[in-house]
Amino acid sequence: MSGMTSGGHRGLVMDEPLLFELDGGGRSGVDLPEPEGRTPKLGGVRPRQAIGLPGVSEPEVIRHFTRLSQKNYAIDSGLYPLGSCTMKHNPRLNEKVVRLPGFAMAHPLQPQATAQGCLELIATLAHWLTTLTGMQGVAMSPAAGAHGEFAGLMCIRAALTARGDARRRILVPESAHGTNPATAALCDYRVNTVPCDARGRVDLAAFERALDDDVAALMLTNPNTCGLFETDIMTISGMLHSAGAFLYADGANFNAIVGRVRPGDLGVDAMHINLHKTFSTPHGGGGPGSGPVVLCEELLPFAPLPRIKADGDDWQLIERDSDGRAFGRLRAFHGQMGMFVRALAYMMSHGADGLRQVAEDAVLNANYVLARLSGAYNAPFPGPCMHECLFDDRNLKDTGISTLDIAKAMIDEGYHPMTMYFPLIVHGAMLIEPTETESRQSIDRFCDVMVHLADEARKGNQELFHSAPRFAPWKRLDETAAARRPVLTWTPDTT
Amino acid sequence: MRYLPLTDTDRAAMLEVVGARSIDDLYGDVPQDVWCEELLDLPLHQGEIEVERALSAMAEKNLHGGNAPFFLGCGAYRHHVPAAVDALIQRGEFLTSYTPYQPEISQGTLQMLFEFQTMVAMLTGMEVANASMYDGASAAAEAVLMASRVTRRRRAVVSGGLHPHYRDTVSTYVRHADLEVVTLPMAVQEADLESQIDGSTACVVVQIPDIFGRLHDFSALADACHRAGALLVVAVNEVVSLGLLTPPGDMGADIVVCEGQSLGNSLGFGGPYVGLFATRKRHVRQMPGRLAGETVDADGRRGWVLTLSTREQHIRREKATSNICTNSGLCALAFTIHLALLGEHGLARLAALNHEAAQRTMERLIAINGVSTPNDGFFNEFTIELPGPAAEVVDQLAERGILGGVPLSRFEPANGALANLMLVAATELTTTGEIDALAGALQEILS
Amino acid sequence: MGKRLYSREHEWIDVDDGIGTVGISDYAQEQLGDVVFVELPESGHEVESGDELCVVESVKAASEVYAPVSGEVVEVNDALGDDPAEVNANPYGSGWFVWIRLANAGELDELMDEDAYREYLGELA
Repeated sequence: MSGMTSGGHRGLVMDEPLLFELDGGGRSGVDLPEPEGRTPKLGGVRPRQAIGLPGVSEPEVIRHFTRLSQKNYAIDSGLYPLGSCTMKHNPRLNEKVVRLPGFAMAHPLQPQATAQGCLELIATLAHWLTTLTGMQGVAMSPAAGAHGEFAGLMCIRAALTARGDARRRILVPESAHGTNPATAALCDYRVNTVPCDARGRVDLAAFERALDDDVAALMLTNPNTCGLFETDIMTISGMLHSAGAFLYADGANFNAIVGRVRPGDLGVDAMHINLHKTFSTPHGGGGPGSGPVVLCEELLPFAPLPRIKADGDDWQLIERDSDGRAFGRLRAFHGQMGMFVRALAYMMSHGADGLRQVAEDAVLNANYVLARLSGAYNAPFPGPCMHECLFDDRNLKDTGISTLDIAKAMIDEGYHPMTMYFPLIVHGAMLIEPTETESRQSIDRFCDVMVHLADEARKGNQELFHSAPRFAPWKRLDETAAARRPVLTWTPDTT
Repeated sequence: MRYLPLTDTDRAAMLEVVGARSIDDLYGDVPQDVWCEELLDLPLHQGEIEVERALSAMAEKNLHGGNAPFFLGCGAYRHHVPAAVDALIQRGEFLTSYTPYQPEISQGTLQMLFEFQTMVAMLTGMEVANASMYDGASAAAEAVLMASRVTRRRRAVVSGGLHPHYRDTVSTYVRHADLEVVTLPMAVQEADLESQIDGSTACVVVQIPDIFGRLHDFSALADACHRAGALLVVAVNEVVSLGLLTPPGDMGADIVVCEGQSLGNSLGFGGPYVGLFATRKRHVRQMPGRLAGETVDADGRRGWVLTLSTREQHIRREKATSNICTNSGLCALAFTIHLALLGEHGLARLAALNHEAAQRTMERLIAINGVSTPNDGFFNEFTIELPGPAAEVVDQLAERGILGGVPLSRFEPANGALANLMLVAATELTTTGEIDALAGALQEILS
Repeated sequence: MGKRLYSREHEWIDVDDGIGTVGISDYAQEQLGDVVFVELPESGHEVESGDELCVVESVKAASEVYAPVSGEVVEVNDALGDDPAEVNANPYGSGWFVWIRLANAGELDELMDEDAYREYLGELA
């Protein structure tokens, strides 16, 4: 299908084939020296024959990926209001410092005496994280939020085992991220869902009923995924601790409170911190992330390996623990160093003062959106909200237009849609997180568009919504066909 | 502050719209006795100049692959990354986009992931691959869990040739999965894997090149696994080796996991890296991680979407195939661009150069009195046996400014059989001068 | 053919000579949207009434299908592998899931007939 033009391009939107379809036979985009032609010493393994990779020159590769990049929405190109995902500006200084050869070309297994700068950087970041959270220590190696959850629950399970108190259940509020129950299952816990109350918070009575001496922990996101602070947090943490259970906090929304509230003061026992959210390391189209998990005193001895310890003026990497209490190892090496360098650069740039301002501006921007959109959309829970605001689809009832339609119409208006249909506790959820790096003017323009779309929906302008997106490089894609007959790789005969 | 657009005038005007007197009002749901009234005890904000200066000072304390003769490998390799790779991955449309949940405005990432999956399948000799995992070790752990789901069996046999950090990651992941892991000892003299396979075995996990740098054809082992109804999981921790060696898929592997760092990604002191994960089509619904799949849009135009998502945590919650959400997107992009630049011939040549560099290095080292190697085959990394403890030799080399290799005792200090063994890697970046420096220093230390 | 009976979880069963054909109701397929995959049990699998029998997937959801009766799965509808859309197009025909040899025909008394099920759906709306 070539669209309206002979070659398939539409102005600056270039139709770009797959790399494999660009194959020019013997071409290559690198000039490597000629091998000497030695006889291979491959033991019992035969040398391989063809692989099937295409041959493409450097200019073609540059053009290919440049054209692909132009088909992506990005925080660099516009407001990206994905609730709970925290799409904020990614400073370029961070990209510059991570490429310093002393970090970029250091090897994870080089002698420790030769990598003191790397260890110092990790230790410094760890100090910032424990200070900001008011926690006793931090395990740095988790590769992303879900990996941090795994580390946290493994510590909890190990601590309970050490107490001689095997427990089998984890409580998870119904508004929780899907990673929470998935992680609990990975640690062989049974998951009990705790309902939310009419205020969008954990239903305290239901929580109390669910809590007994078989509960290992509650996994709580605070602020929660409705963008609301759990007002009963002190009661909840108190009840958990009295029952001998732990409070695991999902730190996905730490950006709302950084510098203003320390999770340790809320009774949190373990919390992962998504450096790619609160501390602005780039999302990169889906990763890499980084999920250090801060821990309380009781959980620290069980933290995974490796760890970093001060040794006089030097830093020491501990690769095995003397008492055998570490729960294990999560990955090949020490952690997402590249994300650590970026996050520390971000923290140092903001400082203690700036990080507090980050939280305050994020909260102010979200409340501003909540105030501006509350007439046009229905907010199921009253404000104030924290760093994100939640609407449901009640105002769309009987218009024939759904949350999905609003989202696709936003694309035509030049915006990435908000998080939709999550959290699951409200119907047709729209979760909007503007972040602190949007200006008032930018948010005003966004709100104008959202109000306009709500008006059009009420007017019954179905055509506008059901044909959306009309101006994106692609129309709505057939996800059903993709799932019914999965085509997951290119093969020569599919072209 | 340069990253914060709001001015005090904006803030005041916005608070008025919100109907709040001050920002404190907006934090009214937080119990007031836990508010931080003071700034936390951390440095105040700094400009670009100061931050860059401070971080550069830390970076400069390290010896690294750019300022020292360098022979470290063991799961992370120093390679040349073409300049185009870094230029392209820093395009904001790639760098600052999220997971492609809205396909109409994420085709760049989705098409790239489809290309990545295809390349991974080609390299490993498998049918399907996912859109990446955290790293090779966590991918290996996920492979064991997947094999258990596929076979509904609860016993995994792990070769002593598997990287000890991979082995430890596997045992951590399966700790509470009601799975027995039988790990054979890490030893130059290999234990027999086939005799460990029985009717309860879900999978056998092996590595190529193994932790000593050796190469094995696993075809017979694959047959033995299949006869017993078990899967063969092959880990590859140097992806460039797949440019020279028969791929695990051709040997009969059922799941192939691989550390992809060598293509497009820097050493970076251990991360972020990119785990590759490939398998047979019939097992795709048991796979962990995201998948991009081909489809068409409403106009019939070819495009890509994330697909088979019902395996994943955001839909399946506690019944998901894995808890993984964020993967290694940008590292996968760097991998894809580097491999696109290399192409069929470039990768083969790169692999040949690596193998030859290792041959040259080995020849020089084993010519030194008291140095020998147990390897009859290898790719770009091999073991040497020294007359004394390798850890001490490595430290002495470091004192001379040479990063000479990894002492295998680092993984198992109590295992006396490993004490004198050192793993040495060479790549296309290894110069004759570096080999001279290493050989000269080693000779001096040993004499 | 006997007469179709329904469970509260929207499975149907049609029993003939001790063997029940099981599927999901028209209402259920409508709620699920386009079915993209059905995970079926193996023949010979023994189930208790209320056990998870199959998983039926749409693009954005996966739903368990529970056994409306106890017994042994004697046949599964492999054709759904190639054509899961039949669950949407013909929920009471070619979109069936499994045959179960009933262990206890008395369990059928717990299920709803056509009229009762229609009334039940009315309450849900």
